[in-house]
Amino acid sequence: MIPSLDLVLLFLIVAIAIAAITVRDLLSAIMLLCAYSFLMAMVWVEMHSVDVAFTEAAVGAGASTAFLIAALSRTTRWEKK
Amino acid sequence: MNAENSEAGEGKERAGDVIVETVSRLMVPFIQLFALYVIIHGAGGPGGGFQGGVIFGASFVLLVIAFGIVNAGNRFPEGANTAFMSLGVYIYAGVGLLCIIFSLGAAQFLNYGFIPLTTHFEENRALGMDLVEIGIGITVMAVVTSIFFNLAWKREPEEEGGEEE
Repeated sequence: MIPSLDLVLLFLIVAIAIAAITVRDLLSAIMLLCAYSFLMAMVWVEMHSVDVAFTEAAVGAGASTAFLIAALSRTTRWEKK
Repeated sequence: MNAENSEAGEGKERAGDVIVETVSRLMVPFIQLFALYVIIHGAGGPGGGFQGGVIFGASFVLLVIAFGIVNAGNRFPEGANTAFMSLGVYIYAGVGLLCIIFSLGAAQFLNYGFIPLTTHFEENRALGMDLVEIGIGITVMAVVTSIFFNLAWKREPEEEGGEEE
C-alpha cells in the first residue's frame, strides 16, 4: 500500500460523493457516481483485493451506470427545487 | 447537416453516427472474448461467472446504445432472455444433481469431484467448477440484458403509437 496515493484517492472519493448528492443535473450525478465507482475500484486494488475491484469496475462503473442512464432517459434530466 | 440528419431519421428512424457504430461493431467481439476469458479464468484468479456475465451483458448494452433500442433490441427477444436465464440456473442445479447422483449416497451437492469427466478427482473438480461458472455467466448475462431493456424500452413504442399494447 502507498499511503499518499491512498490519501489522494480517499479525498477524491469524498469530494465526488459530496458533489454527486449536491449537483442539480441528474446526468452529472450519474457520471459522478461512475467516477466514484472507478476510484473505489482503485482503492480496492490498493487494498490487494483484486476480485472485489473487478466486481466494482464491472458492476458499479459499467452496468449500474448504464441502468441509471436508461432510467434517466424515461424521466426529466433536471432535479426540481 | 440538419437536412441530412432528418433524411436519415426518416429513412432509418434514427440518426446514426458512423464512428460510434463502427467502433462499437469492432469492440463488441473483443468485449465478449474478454468476458469468456473472465468466466473460464475465474476458478484460478480474479473473475468468475458473475463478473464475466456482467461484462457479456454490457457488450449487448453497448450494441443497444450504438444502434438504437428498436434496431438492436429486436434481436434479443424477451422469450430468449427468459430461456437463457432458466438455462443457466438449470446448468447450475443440474451439475449439483449430478454430484448428488455420482457421489452414491453421500449426497454431496456441488461437490464437483464425483462427476466422472476424467479419471482424476482434482481434474473433475476443476471441470465441474467451470461448468457451474458457465451457468452463472449465462444467467447473469440474460438478467443484465433484460433489466436494461425493461428500463429503456418503453419510450419509443409509446411515441410511435404503442406497439406493445
